[in-house]
Amino acid sequence: MDNAVTANKKWWSGGSSPFNVSYGKLMMWYFLISDAFTFGALLIAYGTQRFMAEAWPDPNVVFHSFPFMGHADLPLVFVSLMTFILIMSSVTMVLAVNAGKYMDKQSVVKWLSWTIVGGIMFLGCQAWEWMHLHEVGAWWGQNPFPNADGTAPISTNFTDFFFTITGFHGLHVTSGVILNIIVLVNVLKGTYERRGHYEMVEKVGLYWHFVDLVWVFVFTCFYLL
Amino acid sequence: MSNEATLHSQDFLHHGHEADHGHGNGHDGHGHDHHHEETFISKYIFSMDHKMIAKQFLITGIIWAIIGAFFSVLFRLQLGYPDATFPWLESILGHWAEGGRITAEAYYALVTMHGTILVFFVLTAGLSGTFSNLLIPLQIGARDMASPFMNMLSYWFFFISSIVMMSSLFVQTGPASGGWTSYPPLSALGDASIGSKIGMDLWLISMALFVVSSLLGSLNYISTILNMRTKGMSMTKMPLTVWSFLFTAILGVLSFPVLLSGFVLLLFDRHGGTSFYLSELFVAGKVLPNEGGSAILYQHLFWFLGHPEVYIIILPAMGMVSEVLAVNSRKPIFGYLAMVGSMFAITLLAFLVWAHHMFVTGLNPFLGAFFVLLTLLIAVPSAIKVFNWITTIWRGNIRFTPASLFSIGFVSTFISGGLTGIWLGNSAIDIHLHDTYFVIAHFHIVMGVSAFFGMFAGIYHWFPKMYGRYMNQTIGFIHFWITLIGAYLIFWPMHYEGMAGMPRRYFDYSNWASFNQFAELNTFISFVVIIVFATQLLFVFNFFYSIFKGRKLTTPNPWNATTLEWTTPINPGHGNWPGEIPEVHRWAYDYSKDGKDFIPQTVPVSPDESGH
Repeated sequence: MDNAVTANKKWWSGGSSPFNVSYGKLMMWYFLISDAFTFGALLIAYGTQRFMAEAWPDPNVVFHSFPFMGHADLPLVFVSLMTFILIMSSVTMVLAVNAGKYMDKQSVVKWLSWTIVGGIMFLGCQAWEWMHLHEVGAWWGQNPFPNADGTAPISTNFTDFFFTITGFHGLHVTSGVILNIIVLVNVLKGTYERRGHYEMVEKVGLYWHFVDLVWVFVFTCFYLL
Repeated sequence: MSNEATLHSQDFLHHGHEADHGHGNGHDGHGHDHHHEETFISKYIFSMDHKMIAKQFLITGIIWAIIGAFFSVLFRLQLGYPDATFPWLESILGHWAEGGRITAEAYYALVTMHGTILVFFVLTAGLSGTFSNLLIPLQIGARDMASPFMNMLSYWFFFISSIVMMSSLFVQTGPASGGWTSYPPLSALGDASIGSKIGMDLWLISMALFVVSSLLGSLNYISTILNMRTKGMSMTKMPLTVWSFLFTAILGVLSFPVLLSGFVLLLFDRHGGTSFYLSELFVAGKVLPNEGGSAILYQHLFWFLGHPEVYIIILPAMGMVSEVLAVNSRKPIFGYLAMVGSMFAITLLAFLVWAHHMFVTGLNPFLGAFFVLLTLLIAVPSAIKVFNWITTIWRGNIRFTPASLFSIGFVSTFISGGLTGIWLGNSAIDIHLHDTYFVIAHFHIVMGVSAFFGMFAGIYHWFPKMYGRYMNQTIGFIHFWITLIGAYLIFWPMHYEGMAGMPRRYFDYSNWASFNQFAELNTFISFVVIIVFATQLLFVFNFFYSIFKGRKLTTPNPWNATTLEWTTPINPGHGNWPGEIPEVHRWAYDYSKDGKDFIPQTVPVSPDESGH
């Protein structure tokens, strides 16, 4: 792809891409905008219901467990670890994309593999958290957690939204990991080296960063607020 | 990065050449002598050629349109002849029409499926799927869509979605029957009605697949329009059709995902024991445990798509009507930039008006005031467009073809249906008119009939490009006049019924003395419905007959139009142009300029030419 920008080029007059990007990258951006609306709708739905609810559980009480730590009270420690892992996987993804720019196949393989490991670790953490919550009686349609003001829960909205939205995000992470694995296989096979560019790595990178960004909002909504 | 490079067009060039030689054998006569063999499956079934995918969308849409319209005939029989029995109904519907009279459950199922089919499967997929696919690459000068593979997937997701929806008609408890909007709690509780059982699940699954199809298609349309324009085709040189497809695709990409979120929550309410939309309910004397949900939340999520959806339906029709009117008036479109600007304004406002569907559902009246203002603002760009269409044909040298007649019919119905929108957009008047036949009349004229007219105009106008043959004009004229007059005869009286308070979605009005005065009017409407339906079958016959037996084209540019699709061979192969993609030098509307009838976009501007 020719990245040289000539001063007098008329970008919008046809015959070339106005943003100097391939259609694939363009499509990925528009898809992400679309997907942002999916999550936006879910999170706004959550926001309105929570705003209308008279009381809501305290996340510091709900999310206070850590694997193998028994009944120790460690509010939000585990989810902080999960978040750290996911954000680190974004960092390794940036390094993979950067290595791709320099056609450095070995580095791409290294950093992309770490990204996949990070994604799988995040999913593992989420699986543990879900299992733990399920053990204490939480599920879709079941809310065992008392409200922050000490009253008994009358609605299951807290757990309903929690499992739906984190589950929807988890599905995105899962598909991201699968995409990353497919791209990694292609990198190993030398497909992109023959093609002359590692743009596919960049495209899955965009998706991966988006999934990360969404987690920041999900994390804020369910664990911090 | 040029289009040529993107598509490795060498392959396509061969196609084009051979297609050019082969067109004497008819539209499908050139498929078998290509240097790389195309099988029946790769050419007609899993085709990646945008033109073939367009035909697939169109024919699937036509099949759905026949089914959807036939459903309206069935429920109009009930409304028009509530006391009569039709034994043949029992033969086709079985226990859904015991004794020859459809049951209330069947009535609601028919109404629901009529709405769903026409809104989504015909006027979204069938309309924008067909013409975005056909016209975007041809009119911007591209060999195909940005991603032909995704384009194919888009059709096949639509196909699977169609299969699921079709199969829901045959399950024991019948298809979804809670209205095309599927409001909870009715749609969320299987015990609430038989139409809320498995039929509702199939409806939701089908719609989710439909969203995927729409997303794949729309992403492709946007990237193709932005990235793949031929040299010289700046955005303001594009025909208005392409602009309308661009705005339609943007609306789809941004609004359908919200609907999907709403459906996900609804599925959990149906099967996961959740309470997103449910609170404090009794079903069949039983108290439900659900607490804390809000049925209005669903309405917000639904109408955030639902309102843009009406523009997804009408914008492609607007674009095609603009094009057809300019070509057949032999005049440039009036106010090209105003047309683009008003479509942009409509696209923007489309996202800000959804709550006008909810004025009486318990929305804060204070909030309603803002939605009234924003809703009425849409009248401004709409009026600009109407004035521009009228000024385009004003003193034009009008050629009355079926396409141009349907375009003029579009302007007519868009005005008469649009004006009642100003009534309904007022929250105070809406208190009286909501959920009455006035609403039915409004949206059928402005969105149903208008969009269909735009679609018919498009089909008659671009049929020669699709199949290398003309459709029969005489049948086209008969089709137009009966449909136009019939549409007004059907929907105009409904305004009066609505103003008298006659509610929509009722199975039988005979128990209400206040609506008995309309019994004969209802019979009349149903009678016209049957005639109009029969006329549409005439159109379907004309369509399929002309594919095989229509008069053949002798020139690649039958309408003397300026746009690029008419610079391709009569039966373009995959890749559209046999040689280089032509370069564009001027806008799409140089008609009757400097003493010339028309100047194609590919002709360079000469120095002594007058400006436009």
